[in-house]
Amino acid sequence: MSYRVHVRVMPRDGLLDPQGQAVEHALGALGFAEAAGVRVGRAIELDVAAGSRAEAESRVRQMCDKLLANPVTEDYLLQVEEAR
Amino acid sequence: MINVAVVRFPGSNCDFDTLRAAEQAGTNAYFVWHRDTGLGGADAVLLPGGFSYGDYLRSGAIARFSPVMQAVQRHAAAGGAVLGICNGFQILCEAHLLPGALMRNAGLSFVSKPVDVVVERASTVFTSAYSPGTRLRLPVAHGDGRFVASEDTLRMLEAEGRVVLRYVPASESSPLQPNPNGSARHIAGISNAAGTVVGIMPHPERMADSLLGNPDGLGFFTSLAAWQPGASTLNAPTR
Repeated sequence: MSYRVHVRVMPRDGLLDPQGQAVEHALGALGFAEAAGVRVGRAIELDVAAGSRAEAESRVRQMCDKLLANPVTEDYLLQVEEAR
Repeated sequence: MINVAVVRFPGSNCDFDTLRAAEQAGTNAYFVWHRDTGLGGADAVLLPGGFSYGDYLRSGAIARFSPVMQAVQRHAAAGGAVLGICNGFQILCEAHLLPGALMRNAGLSFVSKPVDVVVERASTVFTSAYSPGTRLRLPVAHGDGRFVASEDTLRMLEAEGRVVLRYVPASESSPLQPNPNGSARHIAGISNAAGTVVGIMPHPERMADSLLGNPDGLGFFTSLAAWQPGASTLNAPTR
């Protein structure tokens, strides 16, 4: 089976996110005063060949822990779907 | 004479300056390529500044897995000396040879200018030529220089005296803007416990000759040239 995995990598809560702050200021300047708490992260998508959804998720977690996210500064979320 | 391998990654751009500074200090310095699996019998490894692998994903994240870094890991584990400068520091953190991480500068801008730093730990392979408390004026040139670590890690680094360089707060005698990147506790460089692995954001190789303005950075390389590998390990400072 092939699975499409969506990885969302975000700066850890509590750590300064200057990109998020800059985007929030820019939104405010554009008249979107209601925007708050902006954080900027990174989205990664990949196809994974695996025997099951759980196996695909487990493998991508290993990829995140080794490379895709920095365990010191970032958290990640996975979403696994069957590839079309 | 100390054998020094200067690693070149695709995107390294301070490699020649680093090689020249090491040579000028009296070491036998040579390049190794990122695909090399050995270090040519090096006593010490220098990871120069630049933008290895385009800084894709995160600064240093891809370089960490290059073949030469597997050799550097073994070298460091065996007590060999390693200095990471700027991008080299980022690579050492990604490789877990040093704790913490280097994130986007707090002000978002790439910062390229001289800063004042103080040498806090002189008992490392790369800072033994300085006295603790010595002030240096060295250039920084980075976009991702904000040192970040957990509170526990920061306390451990302080308690073990492993902060090698710290940005000097602005004062009359040092009017330069302090802490150019929002680094935790104004940290500009750290070391492992033994003082054999050091990572710093400022560029000593760019200030290693009077022709370049001042020779403040030369001490990193003369320290290395005077190092005796295999002699008793450097004692961690007591504070």
